[in-house]
Amino acid sequence: MIEYALEYPDKLYFPLLEHIQMLFITLILSLILASILTIITIYSESLSKTFVYIFSVIYSIPSLAIFALLIPLTGLGKTTAIIVLVLYNQYLLLRNITEGLKEVDPAVTEAAIGIGMNKIQLLFKIKIPLSKKAIFTGVRLAVVSTIGIATIAAFINAGGLGSILNDGLRTVNTVKILWGSILAAGLAIGSNAILSKWEQRL
Amino acid sequence: MTQIAIEFNNVSKRFNHAKYNAVDDVSLNIKEGEFITILGSSGSGKTTLLKMINKLYEPSHGIIKLFDEDISTVDSVILRRRIGYVIQHVGLFPHMTIAQNVASVPKLLNWDKQTINIRVMELLKLVGLNPVEFMDRYPSQLSGGQQQRVGLARALAVDPKIMLLDEPLGAVDAITRLNLQDELLRIHGGLQKTFLLVTHDINEAFKLGNRVVIMNNGRVSQFDTPRNIVASPADNFVNSLIESSRSQEKFWEGLR
Ligand SMILES: Nc1ncnc2c1ncn2[C@@H]1O[C@H](COP(=O)(O)OP(=O)(O)OP(=O)(O)O)[C@@H](O)[C@H]1O
Ligand SMILES: [Mg+2]
Repeated sequence: MIEYALEYPDKLYFPLLEHIQMLFITLILSLILASILTIITIYSESLSKTFVYIFSVIYSIPSLAIFALLIPLTGLGKTTAIIVLVLYNQYLLLRNITEGLKEVDPAVTEAAIGIGMNKIQLLFKIKIPLSKKAIFTGVRLAVVSTIGIATIAAFINAGGLGSILNDGLRTVNTVKILWGSILAAGLAIGSNAILSKWEQRL
Repeated sequence: MTQIAIEFNNVSKRFNHAKYNAVDDVSLNIKEGEFITILGSSGSGKTTLLKMINKLYEPSHGIIKLFDEDISTVDSVILRRRIGYVIQHVGLFPHMTIAQNVASVPKLLNWDKQTINIRVMELLKLVGLNPVEFMDRYPSQLSGGQQQRVGLARALAVDPKIMLLDEPLGAVDAITRLNLQDELLRIHGGLQKTFLLVTHDINEAFKLGNRVVIMNNGRVSQFDTPRNIVASPADNFVNSLIESSRSQEKFWEGLR
């Protein structure tokens, strides 16, 4: 096993980097989309419920099925993978963000409105800072879920750690299968641990 | 000639799904510079009456005017920045220091830093808190009474002409309460503002208010000076309020 890693470092290194790259792009796009949706929802309570509901339905569809559905539209590869990952993350992010925002002490919200904050100021100056823990939990869950589901994206040629597993399974190469599993699991567990530590300090 | 600061014209408020009006056909004229107290039992509509003035609630009926301007035509955010508001549950911003809390309205109005700092110091002194000691603390590090003072300072920050105070002294002990009452009178007298203060406490209402609004089930039972109210209570409710206060006095006499 170690020999394999020493002999072909780029066969592990490259997919790992690719995986992390996919994670970052997905995360950034997910946060941008979730922010936009959150800003829209402050103008309508029922819209926020609708969004969470729609994304919970999408989230419940198995990833391979969505990948397959999107291929005719966006083709094989990273783009399709990232679209699906961003959609999945909306459920995890929006659910935690709306829960967090809702839990802000009503007296604090009323005081903020009463002294003349508009909706955007209320959101950014009061509600988000006071629910950053819940929001961060959403981000952590999204990271872990993205790392996991991105592994499956190798089936549609998106690359990443899933491709090591894919190769391993195709050629019945135990070393590759093991390396693929260890790296994917290690990345997920590691990020979760680091983010949990960070979350506690908020 | 004194101006009318706040005018209620046949104002009613019925909440969604409610069977009766929380505020029922209220008409009042409040002159600039008056210290009005609103007295009434729990659920009589005091908070609702106050919140219609800064448009936290919309009247179902009637018109409210501030300095002769119909508030339904004024943008709520702009209106609120002109009115000081101390909410019933204090509602300090827990993630901001005391100084930042007090500075929140000036910041919304984009005052420059220097002016804000000077103003914050001034305000903390005005409400009897030592700026050096309290400025950088967080609300959770203050007692209930100290928090209420900060709430008051925050509401006074941009020197609003109208102050709405919803039980601002609810969370303090009897002695601090007396002190704060005197401070409120001083702040009001020194500044020529129009104050509307809600309270459950008849002694507080009669001590602070140059006129008192007595509310019962959403209606105004009587609106007059303390002296006139005591001299000629308008109805049974007002009568029983005064009686209950008198019987308490007798109780104290009895303990001597
Ligand atoms: N947001 C609301 N939605 C529905 N009903 C409300 C709302 N706010 C108040 N009410 C009802 O309106 C009535 C008057 O309430 P309000 O808060 O004005 O009373 P209050 O005199 O301030 O009482 P307290 O002294 O307990 O603060 C009550 O019956 C209350 O249940
Ligand atoms: Mg009330």
